Amino acid sequence: MLSKRVIACLDVRDGHLAKSVKFVDTRNIGDPVAKAREYYDDGLDELVFYDITASSEARKIILDVVEAVAEQVFIPLSVGGGVRSVADATDLRLAGAEKINVNSAAVRRPALIAECAEAIGGQNVVLSMDIRRVPPTEVLPSGYEIVIDGGRKPMRIDALAWAREGERLGAGELVVNAIDADGTRQGYELPLTRLLSEAVRIPVIASGGAGAPEHLYDVLTEGKADAALVASMVHYGDYTVSGLKRYLHERGVKVRMSW
Amino acid sequence: MSGGPQLVVVDYDAGNLMSVRRACREVGVEAEISADPARIRAAARIIFPGVGAAGSAMHSLTASGVGPALVEAFHAGTPILGICLGLQISLEHSEENDTRTIGLLPGEVRRFQLDDPALKVPHMGWNAVRVVRPHPVLAGIAETDEFYFVHAYRPVPKQRRHVLAESVYEGAFCSALGSANYVATQFHPEKSGRVGLRLLARFAEWDGRA
Repeated sequence: MLSKRVIACLDVRDGHLAKSVKFVDTRNIGDPVAKAREYYDDGLDELVFYDITASSEARKIILDVVEAVAEQVFIPLSVGGGVRSVADATDLRLAGAEKINVNSAAVRRPALIAECAEAIGGQNVVLSMDIRRVPPTEVLPSGYEIVIDGGRKPMRIDALAWAREGERLGAGELVVNAIDADGTRQGYELPLTRLLSEAVRIPVIASGGAGAPEHLYDVLTEGKADAALVASMVHYGDYTVSGLKRYLHERGVKVRMSW
Repeated sequence: MSGGPQLVVVDYDAGNLMSVRRACREVGVEAEISADPARIRAAARIIFPGVGAAGSAMHSLTASGVGPALVEAFHAGTPILGICLGLQISLEHSEENDTRTIGLLPGEVRRFQLDDPALKVPHMGWNAVRVVRPHPVLAGIAETDEFYFVHAYRPVPKQRRHVLAESVYEGAFCSALGSANYVATQFHPEKSGRVGLRLLARFAEWDGRA
């Protein structure tokens, strides 16, 4: 049977590894290529780069980073941040990314999902959703709202409806990023992850809030996620990828233990 | 075969060929990416990769003359490795877009029909591969080794003897197949870490005899 995946997310700003807390206050914490290689050697299942580069001139740098990583890391690479068109997706694919994450641009123009699916195959299109908790209303019955532009702009779109729509438009996978939990290291947003994972037939990657091994266990079991995304907890050396996987394995979660 | 390219990765608008070339380079083999039927016929060995949909891929293979060149190379005894969609297209028919495919081996490709609603389609991620018929290219795969898969359709070879390996997703399905000088994997060796690179290295040395 399929193993649950441990995915590391590298936020890249102007070619450097950065880490944000609740989407603001980004800090420079090293060389993304070296980190990618280190995690690959330590049993990582998949890698995500998120390009948080501010200026458009610096955008090409992410292509160089992806290319350098693709030459030495032979696991799936996924890239997101600022993908607005099929041309953006194709450039990243040529640089060596398998999967392309779309986020804000797809909320503004949902056809982007279908266009990318048509161009690069739906299994390679990841719909990344930034989601915040709100009081349930008629417009937002699930109590979860889609926000865009790095968490700044609430859209009055219900996260559950958007997840289903993304699947219908041809996305191959969902990233469920809980903004309230992002960077807090207090655990993933379990009810949200479970809600969305049960609502779609495509795989769901849980994101935001991982700070301890049991958080991964919780989201991969109770949260029904297919994969858990980690960032701070491995970037700062508090935990290793192999250590997290060993922990999950020992608690009976099926993960890949041979690499 | 002197004068021809050592290894050709078949280009037919079906996805990320660069990742296959990079992985080949990592195991010491320089691959040429080509959509030229003459280069494919002249190649010492061929990788037939692919992601995407069967219908459009088959259309491109037919229009470019690459499909017939592959069939010729197969009958000429050239070692060929199919990967993912490449494997699926090598059978006779795919349910995806109801497509008639090139038919190196008898069999068809069907969509996963799973009873358990909690199981996701595509089958995406790492899964074990159990070799059911020993083959030089699949040699050395341990029970604990896992490979990376991304697919919503599964191959169903007509003849049991063509099934080289199986994986489990609800039920068992064929995850590697082959006959004579043709071998193919449903998983992506180029994205499966070191176990995948080892498989590519074994293919690069394979003489085409099962």
